[in-house]
Amino acid sequence: MSTVSLVLRAGIRDLARSRWLLAYAAGFWAVTEALFLFGGTGPQVVLSLLNAMLLVVPLVALVFGTAHVHASREFTELLLAQPLSRRAVFLGLYLGLALPMTGAFLAGIGLPLLLHGAAADAPRLALALLAVAGALLTLAFAAVAMVIAHGVDDRLRAMARAIGVWFALTIAYDGAIIAAVSAFGDWPLERPMLVAMLGNPVDLARVLVLTALDATALLGYTGALFRRLLGTALGPAVALVALTAWAAVPVLLARRRFLRRDF
Amino acid sequence: MMTLDGIRKAYGARTVLDSVSLSLAPGRVVALVGPNGSGKTTLIKLLLGLARPDAGRLLLDGVPCDAEGAYRARIGYAPQAPRYPEHLAVGEVVAMLRALRPGAAVDESLIDDFGLRGEWATPVGTLSGGWRQKVAIACAFLFLPDLLILDEPTAGLDPIASGLLKSHLRAARAAGRTILISSHILVELEELADDVAFLCAGRLRFAGPVDALLRETGTRRLEPAVAALLRGLRIA
Repeated sequence: MSTVSLVLRAGIRDLARSRWLLAYAAGFWAVTEALFLFGGTGPQVVLSLLNAMLLVVPLVALVFGTAHVHASREFTELLLAQPLSRRAVFLGLYLGLALPMTGAFLAGIGLPLLLHGAAADAPRLALALLAVAGALLTLAFAAVAMVIAHGVDDRLRAMARAIGVWFALTIAYDGAIIAAVSAFGDWPLERPMLVAMLGNPVDLARVLVLTALDATALLGYTGALFRRLLGTALGPAVALVALTAWAAVPVLLARRRFLRRDF
Repeated sequence: MMTLDGIRKAYGARTVLDSVSLSLAPGRVVALVGPNGSGKTTLIKLLLGLARPDAGRLLLDGVPCDAEGAYRARIGYAPQAPRYPEHLAVGEVVAMLRALRPGAAVDESLIDDFGLRGEWATPVGTLSGGWRQKVAIACAFLFLPDLLILDEPTAGLDPIASGLLKSHLRAARAAGRTILISSHILVELEELADDVAFLCAGRLRFAGPVDALLRETGTRRLEPAVAALLRGLRIA
């Protein structure tokens, strides 16, 4: 068995028994169950889950990921003291963090949806995209957490930075967009806004799922712009590609930092 | 033989090790001593490839140590504060390390002597510091390494475990293996050490046999000898 798979297996075994990760899956399960119990139909459940996912998945991936990397520092050193390549150790550690979190998210939303037969009511494409977007957000933010944790040795400062990134991308970003549109309304803002949107995985995930639902009113300024400029077919494809890039680029940045740093 | 040749390491503007040259000979126990912040941990990390020197070379049997770290197959390491994934059982940690070095010869005698089989299914996170130390030391001995690096190995160990460790260290030395021990408990080092490497403010102030250090400082024990070295440096 390769180094990557051995380190990954250890990570999965460890996190699969973590009460925090079990609570994360149980939390999504409870939210999904509650949405069905309180009378939501399939599309409404998807919309509500999307809103919960866009806030919770990045927060948990960033905070839990940063804390986990810091707590695993001695274990990382132990692995690097073995005759193993840093590249393989990094990949094993990253996947050992990101895959259990992705699995917890998918189990949390997927099992209740299957149990309640929501697939019959909700657009199946929207459900599939919700799962894909949540998985890609987890992969992206777990990698961002590794970038932060391997760049900031002080645990509290690293956590503060992780929360700052979450706040900037999920809350402050929308405010900045509205402020920019208000301040520069007379200027041609379409292209800058499109670029700004590609720079935010949370917004990309939102647009990706909403384009599969008949919920144009919820797209917001950037989403509507995205749909108008790229159309209903190309828009989701571009959002999916950009979100996939968001899952890949931070991994490369984290890897670079991991390979170069002193422990 | 592991050799550090003109090693220099700085973190930002702070030089942690400066022009350190040291040879660790086979069949010798080397006590790495020095005050807090003297560079002991950094020196160990450089030996393990966890940190990279700004200048100087690391040689194993005269061959530069490769960046990919294949040379680490000949090193066993027990850190000062071992921490493993807390939900993994002791047996899973040992099995993982064995799987990471397929085909390597193993010696599990310290696992048995420390009684770790009795904790085989216990999650590491629920173990006391002393038991985690036993796991780390047993893992360091596991692959019959040519060079054993132990950072404060007896901290947290009960007297029985400490005695067992010392007997295994003597056996390893008799088998021609090199042992580097960093510790502040000089009384314990004195029982084992053949050589002393004394670091202070990032510089190697003394490297040689314990007897030579005792003669140089006019003392009979290691602790007052190291204290005399330190006082001499402060006066200078």
